[in-house]
Amino acid sequence: MENLQCQCGHTNPPGTKLCESCGRSLTEKDQNSKLVDMRYEGTARRSQTYNKSIIDKIWNFFSSVKVGVSIIVVLLVAAAIGTILPQQAFVPASTEATIQAYYADTYGSIGRVYHALGFHDLYSSYWFIALVGMLAISLVIASLDRFVPLYKSLKNQRVLRHPSFMDKQRIYGSGPAAEDTLEKAETKLKELKYNVRTDKNGLLAEKGRFSRWGPYVNHIGLIIFLFGVMLRMIPGFYIDESLWLREGETRAIPEVPGYYLENKGFALENYTGEGGEEVFGEALDRVGTVAKNYQTDVVLYQNSEDALPGAADSQEVVAEYPIRVNQPLKFDGYAIYQMDFRLDELKAMTFALTNKETEESLGELTIDLINPVDNYELEGGSTVELLGYYPDFSGFENGEPQTATPLPNNPGFLVELTTPETPEGETSFITIQNTVEPLGENDFKLTFLSADTRDVSGLTVRKDSTLPILGLGGLIFMIGVAQGMYFNHRRFWIQQKADGTVLLAGHTNKNWFGLKKDLDRVVEYASLPAYTDQQDEIDKVEKAEKEGETLS
Amino acid sequence: MNLADLSSNLLYVAFVAYLIATFVFGGAVKGNKEGTFNSEKRWGKVAITITLIGFAANLGYFFTRWGATGHAPLSNMFEFTTAFGMTLVGGFIILYFLYKTAVLGMIVLPVALLIIAFASMFPSEVSPLIPALQTSWLAIHVSTVVIAEGILAISAAAGLIYLLKVVDPAKKSKQRFWLEAMMYSLVLVVGFVVVSSFFSLTGYEAEFTYVDKEDQEAAITYAMPPIFGMNEYVALTDGAMTPLVETPALVHAGKLTTVVWSVLVGTILYWLIRLIFRKRISALLKPFVKNVNLQLMDEIGYRAIIIGFPIFTLGALVFAMIWAQIAWSRFWGWDPKEVWALITWLFYAAYLHLRLGKGWQGEKSAWLAVIGFAIIMFNLVAVNLIIAGLHSYA
Ligand code: HEM
Repeated sequence: MENLQCQCGHTNPPGTKLCESCGRSLTEKDQNSKLVDMRYEGTARRSQTYNKSIIDKIWNFFSSVKVGVSIIVVLLVAAAIGTILPQQAFVPASTEATIQAYYADTYGSIGRVYHALGFHDLYSSYWFIALVGMLAISLVIASLDRFVPLYKSLKNQRVLRHPSFMDKQRIYGSGPAAEDTLEKAETKLKELKYNVRTDKNGLLAEKGRFSRWGPYVNHIGLIIFLFGVMLRMIPGFYIDESLWLREGETRAIPEVPGYYLENKGFALENYTGEGGEEVFGEALDRVGTVAKNYQTDVVLYQNSEDALPGAADSQEVVAEYPIRVNQPLKFDGYAIYQMDFRLDELKAMTFALTNKETEESLGELTIDLINPVDNYELEGGSTVELLGYYPDFSGFENGEPQTATPLPNNPGFLVELTTPETPEGETSFITIQNTVEPLGENDFKLTFLSADTRDVSGLTVRKDSTLPILGLGGLIFMIGVAQGMYFNHRRFWIQQKADGTVLLAGHTNKNWFGLKKDLDRVVEYASLPAYTDQQDEIDKVEKAEKEGETLS
Repeated sequence: MNLADLSSNLLYVAFVAYLIATFVFGGAVKGNKEGTFNSEKRWGKVAITITLIGFAANLGYFFTRWGATGHAPLSNMFEFTTAFGMTLVGGFIILYFLYKTAVLGMIVLPVALLIIAFASMFPSEVSPLIPALQTSWLAIHVSTVVIAEGILAISAAAGLIYLLKVVDPAKKSKQRFWLEAMMYSLVLVVGFVVVSSFFSLTGYEAEFTYVDKEDQEAAITYAMPPIFGMNEYVALTDGAMTPLVETPALVHAGKLTTVVWSVLVGTILYWLIRLIFRKRISALLKPFVKNVNLQLMDEIGYRAIIIGFPIFTLGALVFAMIWAQIAWSRFWGWDPKEVWALITWLFYAAYLHLRLGKGWQGEKSAWLAVIGFAIIMFNLVAVNLIIAGLHSYA
């Protein structure tokens, strides 16, 4: 493509609409139109100029605002579809099969279709992520396509423009004026905080040019944000582990080498509606119990530097802290959150070894339900041997006892009871409800005496090194939108011809109302000729034409 | 009078002031001769003064309630929706002082009244905060969101005025249909307020037990005669109406009943208006917009979004993410409320980009602004009451 030579002598790059130097329209279409398109100052944009190679085509596709808006709208609709039924993370099922069954059972055929289409995990589906990726590409290309020429053009602005540039501006006026008009206009405009440049018989007043960079700044912010989100797929940037910690227990913190956490106690507190809480009485009567606080008092330990790993006595206390909702424990880039709890988990059970007939006790034993020992020696020479332990007994399969989970929800014990009377031993299977004697009738049994319980805290261990990047992206985005939306780029061109006639044109990227308010003050002070909003004129003509149509 | 009573009295004052101001704005606009703004100039001052008094009382309500409850009154459906009504008026006041258009008040104030009345149908007693809400992020996040939504909603009001002026009531068209549909949906809200108030004043209550979708037995109290019964319901209240239809567990028949009652009463109201005036509501409003400057309305609608969008981003995304990170250990969890905030944001982003192109200013922008408001209301009402997630207030 060839460069475009303007009548004024300036050579413009191919694709230019308005001469970079004098502002004349370079295409026939623009020459004939009433108003000139000022959005990108009539500069040559790559996307509007080349359309040959495959790269041009891709570039043009992604730099189109239509395409950009379409991506946004598709994302929006997809996001909405994902809220029709709960996402899989919110349903009470955890395996592929149970999740599928949950959708089918709970929502019928709608649920089945929803699941089949993959909408139950929509936001991590490949096509959704691909859409976000396209949004990012579009953001980058569209911004580059516009920013570069716009920047150059605004940097190299000339004060004097050709009259045909002036009269194609939306705000335009011309007419006779006094000799000192230009000077007075300059004074007033400076008072209104415009940057004023003069050249021979003309002036250019400009204000808020930086607001033109707002969209590009905010797009950069978005890109940084999306980049940060992408980073979390790289191992090490992001840790998300859960840690169930029983009261009194100390455990190594998963994925956090060298650190241990002890649970000193968990507390769940509800509103009582008494004392200072009387104001809540009415609400509590209506809705029932309302939780006031979930809290785990913890101690954080760290292996001391010189100690052998795992040696219990070499741990140093790093912090003691009450972890509450909204108040995570933070250390060394990690944070531990109060997320969940289980109240009154069985801790230990105490039994008495008794003679069935006489009900005489031969001694007591306490079985720790988390770390049970195998052998219990009782005082009178009897022993109880734990042959099998099934913390969450769920029934027999092929004669073998089964456990559903490793949690002591429904403990079952296979024991051998040996007493001086029965030295060969008796086998018995005990659960909370009953006792089974698989090898025939026994003389002795274990009688349940008591159980200890404790609470379990559900904690989440989190490290997210991408947060600073996300924060930076968000901050830049906010600066960009504020810059682009709370400020406007306003310009006035004024020139006085030899015969005293003044030409006056104005442009703003937004808020024409504000521009006119500024201009009114200048016009009044400097006795400039009256101006019109040519858009109004066009609208009026169009309206009249429309009405004419309906009449005829 | 204690602080809580003072607070609710101030809300009444605000309500009455807005009601009066609506009529003064309406009169001010109606009094204009074709093409002049004399009446508007004179009476507009009176109307805005009354509005400001109402707004001061409204702020008084807000801060005295804050004092009475010990937390920012933004924690349940009543409080949040009332605050939205307040910020809507606040948004109007800002734009009134920028552009001095009385007709905007005539549209915004009745909508704000409707929203406050709607809010009052929800339990308004002082409720305690669950642990996740016990942080100053509640006030920071929710107040920013509600301010942004109040301002964004002004663009819908400007859009509505624009449409009332350009859509020809005499000619059958899609535009005429949808414009009237908007009016109809506003009347449905009136319907909801009317039935809810009626049955709550008469003290209607009917208790049932039912089996929920997790197969658990649950109990429910209907505040309106049950048109629909819950799954496998058993009536506990003698003499209560027997539900006409039993719904499957998936459908919340109690909420459905409320909706159907509101639609029923709203529709009757709507047809009464049609019968009395023998005109569509949009046609009834037409004389009020005769002097409207379309380009100015377009500009106001755009300006409201330009002011509101960054605030919305800050409140509904930035502050929301910061809080979510602190409370739930992740800044984003695809909870329905979060997703709808994102949808709202994407929608306004799409609006801003569409306006870059020619042909999208004016009428199309006006429709978009109205749709934006519909999305905000959807997030406020439907997502809270139907698609309940972590943010559920109901
Ligand atoms: C969610 C994603 C996006 C957000 C939040 C966003 C935000 C914005 C905002 C706030 C503006 C300023 C609008 C105004 O001042 O009126 C803007 C301008 C713009 N955006 Fe985006 N944008 C997004 C995506 C895109 C995409 C995908 C494209 C690709 C075509 C794009 C292209 C543009 C263009 C061309 C402008 C005008 C620039 C100018 O006037 O100099 N945006 N964007």
